[in-house]
Amino acid sequence: MAGLTGRMSTVVKAKVSKLLDRAEDPGETLDYSYQKQVEQLQNVKKGIADVVTAKKRLQMQESSLQQNVVKLDTQARQALASGHEDLARTALERKNVAQTELQSLDGQVHELEDQQQKLIDSEQKLRAKIEAFRTKKEVIKAQYSAAEAQVRISEAATGVGEQMADVGLAMQRAVDKTENMRARADAVQELEAAGTFDDVTQLGGGEDDIDRQLKQLSSQPAVDDELSKMKAELGGGAAAAEAPQIAAGEGQPSEGGQA
Amino acid sequence: MIVRISGEGQYRLDDADKGRLNELENAVVAIVEGGREDGFADAFKTLLDYVRTEGEQLGDEDLSSSDVIIPPADISFEEAGEDFTGEGLIPD
Repeated sequence: MAGLTGRMSTVVKAKVSKLLDRAEDPGETLDYSYQKQVEQLQNVKKGIADVVTAKKRLQMQESSLQQNVVKLDTQARQALASGHEDLARTALERKNVAQTELQSLDGQVHELEDQQQKLIDSEQKLRAKIEAFRTKKEVIKAQYSAAEAQVRISEAATGVGEQMADVGLAMQRAVDKTENMRARADAVQELEAAGTFDDVTQLGGGEDDIDRQLKQLSSQPAVDDELSKMKAELGGGAAAAEAPQIAAGEGQPSEGGQA
Repeated sequence: MIVRISGEGQYRLDDADKGRLNELENAVVAIVEGGREDGFADAFKTLLDYVRTEGEQLGDEDLSSSDVIIPPADISFEEAGEDFTGEGLIPD
């Protein structure tokens, strides 16, 4: 067999025979490998815990983004009611982006949940396998001490060694996966933090890159739609009730506004 | 012939299945070497499914060592490529 399986077979076998050759007594080596695997299983568990933490952080971010959506909507209404259509548009653009972000965050959280469940399942399977090895290696050690049927014993040790190497590989992959997932969750969080959809009142004259990108990202027709809907609602006489606190002398409904 | 799907388990296949197994594997190798990522998942799955359906699964308590070890079912195209050129799936 060439290629994939050839390479895989060679690498695993080399690893196993190196492991078994290292000690005079394969029993000692098996004990050592078992110990390493128990430690490694702890790493898998720790990795899963980290993923859960990362997921919780994303969920918190989700809820703060949800609050932002509500806040931006309110701000848009207030701005419109006080005749600041530009400001209202900006708030709606940001709301639009925030909603899109919210959807993508939601997808990420679901994906993390799926992965987390898979990792928990495989952690349980691995634990069962390691436990089975513990028993098997004792049997092999007992046989070895009795110095009976040495050839068969070393065959058995090789078989156990192979399985242990394979469990070791599966655990390494599980740990790598948790690290990848955590890194991805962190990256999402950083992105979110960079594009914080804060108060529109913080919008000075100077737009930064993020502002411009947000505007490009936001879908213009959706914002236009929402703006005219809002205007219609405010024009319907609700304006004074919606935004009494910012009336400051210019509380007229802004139907037609300042284009 | 005993085949292990890494991370999954061992299967006993008839020695006569070796030829077909080799063909399926060569197809995967050709795809990886040709850099055709979109065909990789299907070809690799065909190889794995062949082992799973034609082979008889060995219990965890079996201590046989394998004649052939297939990489884990969830390897990515990149990992498959590294398996040829890099340090492989199991670094020292």
